[in-house]
Amino acid sequence: MEHGSVTDSTSSTFSIMEEDHTLANSVRFVLNQDPRVAFCGYSIPHPADNKINIRVQTTGDPAKDVLKDSLQDLMVMCQHVRGTFDTAVTDFRQNNPTGMDIDVNKKVA
Amino acid sequence: MPKKGTKSSKGTGSEPKEQERRQKKLPEHLELQRTRVVCKFDGPVNTEGFQYGGAFSAMGIDNSVSVDKFCKDFKVEIKRLTEDDVEFDMIGIDASVANAFRRILIAEVPTMAIEKVLIADNSSVIADEVLAHRLGLIPLDADPRLFEYISENDAPNERNTIVYKLHVSCKKGSPRLTVKSGDLEWLPEGSQLPLASPAQSRDKKKTYTSFSQSQKDILEKPLGVKLKDITIARLGPGQAIELEVHAVKGIGKVHAKWSPVATAWYRMLPEVVLSEEFKGDDAEELVKKCPVNVFDIEDLGNGEKRAFVAKPRACTLCRQCVTGPSGEHVHLRRVRDHFIFTIESTGALPPETLFTEAVRILEEKCERVISELS
Repeated sequence: MEHGSVTDSTSSTFSIMEEDHTLANSVRFVLNQDPRVAFCGYSIPHPADNKINIRVQTTGDPAKDVLKDSLQDLMVMCQHVRGTFDTAVTDFRQNNPTGMDIDVNKKVA
Repeated sequence: MPKKGTKSSKGTGSEPKEQERRQKKLPEHLELQRTRVVCKFDGPVNTEGFQYGGAFSAMGIDNSVSVDKFCKDFKVEIKRLTEDDVEFDMIGIDASVANAFRRILIAEVPTMAIEKVLIADNSSVIADEVLAHRLGLIPLDADPRLFEYISENDAPNERNTIVYKLHVSCKKGSPRLTVKSGDLEWLPEGSQLPLASPAQSRDKKKTYTSFSQSQKDILEKPLGVKLKDITIARLGPGQAIELEVHAVKGIGKVHAKWSPVATAWYRMLPEVVLSEEFKGDDAEELVKKCPVNVFDIEDLGNGEKRAFVAKPRACTLCRQCVTGPSGEHVHLRRVRDHFIFTIESTGALPPETLFTEAVRILEEKCERVISELS
């Protein structure tokens, strides 16, 4: 849900239900990297509510588009992290074919 | 303020500019503040860093991490990978995103756990509710990705419920019996307990679940418990436990029994720098000070000895080395974008799969909000 964008689309607050620091802090980080953003921040209005408010103020573009771009960027970053991690795991397995033997672990435990 | 065009996300036209920007370097003290957390004797400083991408725009330096730049610089190095834990280095990522992965691993990656316990008989000394709680915490060897969530009104079926039974008794005159998690027996055909209501006593007896087919036909491998030697209860002579448990899919946010990790944590890479040479007795003293042997002594020949930083990774930031008069020449720092990530799985999924699942969940969160916005 978007607030405060009736008269001025460049600054608004987005209320997102069922989310917490996990998403809000990551999105805030990505928003901060965007040169179009003049200010951004997030808050959790009440610890008992499952809700976050993300404030975005831009230098001219609609805040909604900037937020959407940021989310898109975060998604691309995640995909890259996943890809890189998967390759790293495959490489590790190839270089350590026996690796840590499962039975050795059992004995330790 | 740079406009959108300078962000090198699309097009190659801005590349020379980008290079020019990179060549310009921040003054050393600012670069240190930007990339390191400095751990002083009385506490860490510069913990915040520079959040804003345009923080140094007045100096013509870009502090932002565009997606392209991120993709180019991001690295993962696996240090250890076993059946139930993984340790890897994530380099070139911000704490906010690394923390999101950690939070998701603990609270939002789904697993299967025992949710309902139907007790037919429990004459052991353990109270029913305590027994049920113990059962709930047992890690199950079931891939949660093969199951669906069950909602309040759903009937338990083969797609959302796993049924186990526990049927143990200790004969009179025999020694005490320890009930282990391995005694739980998987029931692929569903519940065996008939529903109490006498009205439905037609051709087929109604039970607590309505499986339309055996789980053996859907799943590739039989289900069980991950660790067979967890003590559930102890029975004295003449005591018995007879019960049936229903496991469902859930997330750690709701109850910790659904958390797929024993723990998942990260720490920033420690960096230890000696700004002055430690020689002779000073070197010996420095090496002795460190409880985790970060420092070591190298021989310079002609009988001279010098301390050097051998294992910075082992540093626990106990700050012993920065105490005392020689402490001002030892600098403890942490690399802000280098995370040593450790995941210990409880067993339902291998640790490397847990991480990819966590990343996927963050993607799904983004996708959900994007679709809500449009």
